[in-house]
Amino acid sequence: MIINHPILGPRDSQEFTYLGDATLIDRPDWEADDAAGQFHDYLYLRDNPAGEHRELWFHEQGDRSWLVVTRNTVTHEILNVELARDVARARGRSK
Amino acid sequence: MTDAVMNAGTVAFQADGSTGARKGVQVNRLDGGLIKGSKALNFTFDGKRYKGFEGDTLASALLANGVRLMGRSFKYHRPRGVLTSGSEEPNALVELRSGGRQEPNTRATVAELYDGLEANSQNRWPSLKHDFMAVNDRFSNFLTAGFYYKTFMWPAAFWEKLYEPIIRKAAGLGSISFEDDPDAYDKGFLHCDLLVIGAGPTGLMAALTAGRAGAQVVIADEDFLLGGRLNAETFGIGDLTGAAWVEQAQAELASMPNVRVMPRTSIIGAYDHGIYGAVERTADHVLAPETGKPRQILWRIYSKRAMLAAGATERPIAFENNDRPGVMLAGAVRAYANRWAVTPDQTVAVFTNNDDGHRTAADLIAKGVKVTAVIDTRADAPKVDGAELFAGAQVVDTKGRLGLEWARVRLANGTTRDVPCGALAVSGGWNPNVHLTCHQRGRPAWREDIAAFVPAGTLPQNMSVAGAANGDFSTAAALRAGAEGAVAALSELGIEAKAGDLPEAEDAPINVTPFWYVKEGKGRAWLDQQNDVTVKDVKLAHQENFRSVEHLKRYTTLGMATDQGKTSNMGGLAIMAELAGKQIPEVGTTMFRPPYTPVSFGVMAGRSVGEEFRPTRKTPSHKWAEEQGAEFVEVGQWLRAQWFPKAGETHWRQSVDREVLQTRNSVGICDVTTLGKIDVQGKDAAAFLNKMYANAFAKLPVGKVRYGLMLREDGIAYDDGTAARFAEDHFVVTTTTANAVLVYRNMEFARQCLFPDMDVQLISTTEAWAQFAVAGPNARKLLQKVVDPEFDISNEAFPFMACGEVTVAGGCRARLFRISFSGELAYEIAVPTRYGDAMIRKLMEAGEEFGAVPYGTEALGVMRIEKGHAAGNELNGTTSALNLGMGRMVSKKKDCIGNTLSEREGMNQENALKLVGFKPVNAADPVQAGAHLMNADGEVSAATDQGYITSAAYSPVLGCSIGIGFLKSGDSRKGEVIRAVNPLEGKEVQVEVVSAHFVDPEGERLRG
Repeated sequence: MIINHPILGPRDSQEFTYLGDATLIDRPDWEADDAAGQFHDYLYLRDNPAGEHRELWFHEQGDRSWLVVTRNTVTHEILNVELARDVARARGRSK
Repeated sequence: MTDAVMNAGTVAFQADGSTGARKGVQVNRLDGGLIKGSKALNFTFDGKRYKGFEGDTLASALLANGVRLMGRSFKYHRPRGVLTSGSEEPNALVELRSGGRQEPNTRATVAELYDGLEANSQNRWPSLKHDFMAVNDRFSNFLTAGFYYKTFMWPAAFWEKLYEPIIRKAAGLGSISFEDDPDAYDKGFLHCDLLVIGAGPTGLMAALTAGRAGAQVVIADEDFLLGGRLNAETFGIGDLTGAAWVEQAQAELASMPNVRVMPRTSIIGAYDHGIYGAVERTADHVLAPETGKPRQILWRIYSKRAMLAAGATERPIAFENNDRPGVMLAGAVRAYANRWAVTPDQTVAVFTNNDDGHRTAADLIAKGVKVTAVIDTRADAPKVDGAELFAGAQVVDTKGRLGLEWARVRLANGTTRDVPCGALAVSGGWNPNVHLTCHQRGRPAWREDIAAFVPAGTLPQNMSVAGAANGDFSTAAALRAGAEGAVAALSELGIEAKAGDLPEAEDAPINVTPFWYVKEGKGRAWLDQQNDVTVKDVKLAHQENFRSVEHLKRYTTLGMATDQGKTSNMGGLAIMAELAGKQIPEVGTTMFRPPYTPVSFGVMAGRSVGEEFRPTRKTPSHKWAEEQGAEFVEVGQWLRAQWFPKAGETHWRQSVDREVLQTRNSVGICDVTTLGKIDVQGKDAAAFLNKMYANAFAKLPVGKVRYGLMLREDGIAYDDGTAARFAEDHFVVTTTTANAVLVYRNMEFARQCLFPDMDVQLISTTEAWAQFAVAGPNARKLLQKVVDPEFDISNEAFPFMACGEVTVAGGCRARLFRISFSGELAYEIAVPTRYGDAMIRKLMEAGEEFGAVPYGTEALGVMRIEKGHAAGNELNGTTSALNLGMGRMVSKKKDCIGNTLSEREGMNQENALKLVGFKPVNAADPVQAGAHLMNADGEVSAATDQGYITSAAYSPVLGCSIGIGFLKSGDSRKGEVIRAVNPLEGKEVQVEVVSAHFVDPEGERLRG
């Protein structure tokens, strides 16, 4: 596969390490009342879609950016690639 | 085509490079053809010498010499000859070359002849003509589909010990020499606008069209000669012969710097996003590769667009005894005659269900070969000049023990006629080579008018299909499809190309009436000759209710092995459809996976063999350690000194015990460079580390080091190390050797994904610093000789857990940490890696007066067990901080990775496992790592399990074996005697539960 890195352009997927579902960005608040339940869901519950999937890839043999790649798990078509940091900020992780 | 090109084509081209008068040079050699040179090439087959010509394949040269018998079949050891003239060959598999270069299962049809070629037949003993295992053929009634599943089910133990070895010996293909392959294999990368797969008329026309438009083009063909079927047919293109047109096209392509022509290159797989795998056989056609040159290259081709122009494969018709040497595909017989100037025999008959088969008869007759009959299943078969035609007839049997002698024909009027023939050219129609279109999600569709599957469904991204591969079988259609396909593909890339005027070419319609197998006869009609699958086997599978084509394939083995059923799948599923009363499209076809043709392991491995299998990381003191005669051990990719044997030491334990005692009594030095090092800088560095470590770091003063434990988000401990604060905004973190990459990755994840606005930067400095542990009562005295005198490293100025930047050896910058893994007064000193070798020598020299020893990973391990320090065995992916006795370290006042879930009830049970030490009651007893702990009395069972021992060693300090491990409520059971059991080896040892800190439990030494 070829991942179109937002900074470096098209790169072979061999340069990357795969992590998993991009919802791992949404780490819960440890002080929430039901923190244990939220962390359980955060860590263990995943959708397993046949189709579009937002997932985390680490450019380990490149610039060490974490990326959020939107990929169709059936066709392997890559629909969007974003810097995970931008996604994290957009999801309210700037504190 | 432009005039300029047409003119270029008139350059004198002589297909065979000489007079062409070779008739009879070898017994079945004809005149003409595309073989070159007048000098014969020598080769051997089963030790016998033969001659052939440049341009021959092993198969064509053997046929020229009258050799029809080339192998024995997989299961029944039936005599077999060559069926095809290409990579789809199921029968003629040979062992090529010998010694380290021996290669099994090579298809003789693609083995290019060279002077000195050495080939042997396979799967026969003692010889090809007299094969002992041919007795299998007599028992064929027992060896039907599913035979192995049905017969060898019981008893289970017999499978491994008895059945499998026998079957493996009896069945099977070629052998390997078990010698190292002396040749190199390479890997390479290519990028192009258009990849053209196949260099027949379609592919060449596409490459010409795209090349003229200035596009970056790669055109690859598995054959050593470009042209595809144009080399095998007699019809021309425009005013030129097919071969002459190819020569001209090739010359034009060679003149374009934007076109890369790759003969001898098989595209083996279509992968995601336009990536293709290709194997180029750069030196398989010579005796040995040139020095320094690879035998084969595995290419990864990144294409923006790809065109599959892979042509078509002819399919046979099944009839009784259709596997005798001499029964061949009609298109192959024609190819041998026209391209290689060879006929498989002087008398040939043709059996066909389509017009294409008639071409074989016509071409052979033109070459002066006697065609005894054309047997056409169609009642309305066209007339043949120069041969007898049996229309509406079928071949029902053949005779000839090691080679065909005659064929029995059932005529339309019901009578039979025996037709003498040494070769029978069979055509059941042509199948487009759809394979690569299926490598992702393509599902071929049935086309009734040509009675074949064509590419359909979702093709690999940006792939188009043209020519015979798409069901357009005529040459004119192929040229048109190639040109138009290239124009269309390039226009998607914004490159303007012109199809131009196409030359005149043959444009015969397809005229085929599906005919899969002859129903008459009680004997065996072979569908898949490579796996010895017959029509009966398919019927049996159907009878036993195998309904899906994929199940049929696996049950009968139809379509498996090196040819992947290229000539047999279609027949099998047509019969299955008939039996099920369905149409072929309802039954569907099996899918194709990479590789398209067999690929050698050598080219997959490339240069990653032997010592280069993976990178070897050497520590900065490696050379010095080698000089000391150290034993090394692989730790991940690192080579670390395991121990340093001295003269007179005959057992590793002697060396290790000495290293431990000398370190504890005076001073020892160990290279600890392999530990991961991460530089953490920024205003929020302390806050960030607070998130990473379970324990608190925010208040760590500058100039101090702290031990840190890292948890996974699920609360399990996964790594430990130290963080040293060199400035308010600068920490140096260490990790274990094994987790250096993972910890860095996780820290980057936290930094970018979880805390995106923290002001913190990370960089791995593992390889930037050479780091040495200096441990033992004399460690300080030794270091005071090395660290420059302006730095006070006295106990008062530089106490336990201090860190700082110093200089050594008169100005070389260094970092000093007062940390201890051994439990002794100890330091770690780091210098830039390039000074690592000098540093170890300097340290050893300074330590001479103290009798300083270097110690390796074994002594390191012994000392950390004596001290009760956790390492990989304890941080084993199942243990928490609580288990490790560090429960109170986990700060509850802050958020950190793993904090919340580490509080789960199940991980905080009253009787949780706790890390403790074990000493044998009888000092001579060994404590074994992996042993499970049981109460002093009671049964030994999983239900009564009390824990397990994780690490054990002989402690030279205590003079006995010791261990550490996890015991239920272990911290409150000290003094209790329990059992350490090893049921696997029937061992049981009484051990006393003790503190894990065997040596200096109060920690006085390391603070001294």
